[in-house]
Amino acid sequence: MAGVEAPSLRAYVANAPAARFIWDRAAAARFTDLDRGTSLNRQTSLGGRLADLAGRSVLLATASQLTTALALIELDGCARRLVILPPDIEADHLGAVIAVAGIDAIVTDDGSQQHAAFELPVRVSCASPMVPLEERAPVAFRTEWLLLTSGTTGTPKMVVHDLAGLTAAMTHRSAADGAAIWGTFYDIRRYGGLQIFLRTVVGGASLVLSSAGEPVADHLARLARHGVTHLLGTPTHWRRALMIPAIRKIAPRYVRLSGEIADQAILDALRAVFPQAAIVHAYASTEAGVAFAVNDGLAGFPAAFAETIRDGVEMKIVDGSLRIRSPGMASRYVGTGQTLADADGFVDTGDIVERRGDRYYFAGRKGGIINIGGLKVHPEEIEAVINRHPQVRMSLVRPKQSPITGSIAVADVVLKSQVEGLNSGQIELRDDILKLCREALPRHKVPAAIRFVPSLAVAATGKLARRQG
Amino acid sequence: MSVKLTIMKQMEQVAQEHGRILAPLNDELELANCGLDSLGFAVLVARLEDALGVDPFTAAEDAFFPVTLGEFVKVYEHGGR
Repeated sequence: MAGVEAPSLRAYVANAPAARFIWDRAAAARFTDLDRGTSLNRQTSLGGRLADLAGRSVLLATASQLTTALALIELDGCARRLVILPPDIEADHLGAVIAVAGIDAIVTDDGSQQHAAFELPVRVSCASPMVPLEERAPVAFRTEWLLLTSGTTGTPKMVVHDLAGLTAAMTHRSAADGAAIWGTFYDIRRYGGLQIFLRTVVGGASLVLSSAGEPVADHLARLARHGVTHLLGTPTHWRRALMIPAIRKIAPRYVRLSGEIADQAILDALRAVFPQAAIVHAYASTEAGVAFAVNDGLAGFPAAFAETIRDGVEMKIVDGSLRIRSPGMASRYVGTGQTLADADGFVDTGDIVERRGDRYYFAGRKGGIINIGGLKVHPEEIEAVINRHPQVRMSLVRPKQSPITGSIAVADVVLKSQVEGLNSGQIELRDDILKLCREALPRHKVPAAIRFVPSLAVAATGKLARRQG
Repeated sequence: MSVKLTIMKQMEQVAQEHGRILAPLNDELELANCGLDSLGFAVLVARLEDALGVDPFTAAEDAFFPVTLGEFVKVYEHGGR
């Protein structure tokens, strides 16, 4: 796909109207500052090695989100193919990624031995702060962006995007975009976070990133210091943030959730903490791209969304599962014979939706069903009910082996305020939650047991860690 | 509380939650006729694991299902053997 006249990511940096930054805990990268006459356009994080990377299939294996961001801006249009390695990749899978994607260059910011074992023709360090760059090569490629899908088991799959598709949902730019200070709990090496990074660059905004190992309270304090106006996280990220008093220091005017089902409880909790903010939950997947955003503060989405073509996005529901065709969807899988889309060009998301009245609600994942004596239950549906209890912060419903029904649903619950030990108050609370479940759910969906736990495991994707049982 | 008493209390609790009426509980009572259906039993076993710290059925090497309440209690008293 060489020689295509498409705008590269760098073009958006050069045209920025005002000083713009990307911050992490350790550094601030100024990607434009017209007053000082500097910009990323005249600097490089790649130490003058950009020419060595031209036309190559580049693995971006970084420890820091900030260096990831800088390298992405420079490499789009220069590399033939970019593979963004998520931070939680298992070492066992690295070789497969390199082989399948035909990697012949690596860009890295750490000396970690993980990828040192792989013999690659070109190895480039990327670093912040940047150094001056005399001349930049012209944009020569419509770079393929390869992203790893967030499947929970087995070797990760890679899908192919390009910049036009990745930014397809950003056509409606508002004048306010340029003044925005974006923040994200979601790692920019994953689809959801990457959307925010690209929105920042394309829209002319600045961005606050988290650093590896940074406590959430410290991250929140930095978001407050930079005056964050727009903030993204998964519902799990947000539930955890709501447990930290420092959340009161930030006052975003735009709060976005994506990556998991946003239930009514988390939307209401965010509304209570940020009464002035627009609270928006978006639906997207690495394969299907961004499908829609819901801004009425209610869980689920209007049925009308599924019945009309909106911003080029079409939906259909087959066997309860949501299928999407959109300008933002990936073009194909790499290295598997699997096809991405059905015969009509729709991607099956595997997310099950149920219609109630004039709205669709997400019920859970196709593969996450718990089979209780032949009756099928989505854990997310039970969690949504438990999360409605005023003393519950978050919950995880999981299958437990049962000698009688094969499986049974049990719930791990994190309370808003911790109570030590199983005292009478907790027994009362447990009965109260069970009562709520019995009132709202059919009998087989009521959890057989409820355990109070101090915290729930969160995967590196920012989503609740679910083990398939 | 004895194992037997714990089991009987939990059976009453589960029956009440599931809107079931329990037969009078005694050792000879056949579990099939006690008033709990299979879902009720699945819940009972899960609750007993929380209360007694053991699920003797899932832990067992070979599948063994007691017929009477007395046998059911014995399985728990012997901690899964």
